Amino acid sequence: MKLCLVVDDSKVIRKVARRILEELNFEIEEAVDGQDALDACDRNMPDVVLLDWNMPVMDGLEFLKAIRSREGVEQPIIVFCTTENDMAHIRTAIEAGANEYIMKPFDREIIEAKFTQVGLM
Amino acid sequence: MKTEDFEFLASMLKERSGLMLTPDKVYLLESRLTPLARKRGLDTLDALVQKLRMTREDGLIRDVTEAMTTNESFFFRDNTPFDLFKNHVLPAMEKNRGTQKRLRIWCAAASTGQEPYSLAILLRENWIKWQNWNIEIVGTDICTQVLEKAKAGTYSQFEVQRGLPIQMLIKYFKQEGDMWRLSDDIRKMVTFRPFNLLSNFIGMGTVDVIYCRNVLIYFDQQTKKDVLERMRKCLASDGTLFLGAAETVLGITDSFRPVRGQRGMYVPSDGTAEKAMGLG
Repeated sequence: MKLCLVVDDSKVIRKVARRILEELNFEIEEAVDGQDALDACDRNMPDVVLLDWNMPVMDGLEFLKAIRSREGVEQPIIVFCTTENDMAHIRTAIEAGANEYIMKPFDREIIEAKFTQVGLM
Repeated sequence: MKTEDFEFLASMLKERSGLMLTPDKVYLLESRLTPLARKRGLDTLDALVQKLRMTREDGLIRDVTEAMTTNESFFFRDNTPFDLFKNHVLPAMEKNRGTQKRLRIWCAAASTGQEPYSLAILLRENWIKWQNWNIEIVGTDICTQVLEKAKAGTYSQFEVQRGLPIQMLIKYFKQEGDMWRLSDDIRKMVTFRPFNLLSNFIGMGTVDVIYCRNVLIYFDQQTKKDVLERMRKCLASDGTLFLGAAETVLGITDSFRPVRGQRGMYVPSDGTAEKAMGLG
């Protein structure tokens, strides 16, 4: 079973994502911001991170850069999942090393399609 | 969901889009419309239905219809027929048509255009190879309304996220307000026209590849046979036919045979197309 770390400051979004991903046979961990997510990665590196952008303490882009700059660790697949839906944000995320990008609102089909594209399913 | 709410939504959708929503699709209403309700600041789907009943707000009806019908077609739908196109059909055609450098593709149920555009994108991804070819991609559909949308090449945020890799969105689309528009380079590669599969195919000429997915299921046995046999006549003898994953030629006609091990892929039974495609 693959481990997905769901990073979002909204409890509701985390719950929705958890429900969809559990149905798709993923094991779920949750984090409430970028720093919390880094700590979770230190404890147990996930296969994939579903990552919000705007969060308190540390935002998604900072988390992405931090994790991608680490050497000698197994890098997770990172899928942004954010209300930021303009080309500039998408380019920034992909250039910083994100593998895929979901624009909210999302549903099961979008998650399934995107996770399939990055080879998780 | 209350029965009367379901019936209200189902009849509204049928009137707007022709979409036939059966009671076993309640889950689809819930999964598609709950996010839309939230976006509109409403807590539940019930509240959304309430608002629709009270206001009949045109923009809201449009959003609901769109959220419910976008599953009809999406980019790279089912993946396999596109992987086969890229990895087997195109290399074979490159060899077989190397002299004429001419390739004709027909999407017989093009709907809002995602299927022919996905094929155009695949060709574009390897443009160095194809730029000097005369490539024609024809998308037809019985419904002129969907073809208008197909021609515009403009898609909602929902539509560009079902099946389209983000790299391709960056490469081939431009953002226009809430919508995403395909680049002229891709749009120019596809021609759309209304066409009824029950009419004759003479005007179609000879084509090398036919995509006819998820249409035959709406036809009776005799019509299926008739359509398939007429498709055989306009397909090159080394051509390929793609049907939907739930469709087949078996028990319907002998004019095509399935390509072994490749779901949804068929070739003329009197031909040897598999060999050139490396699937023999």
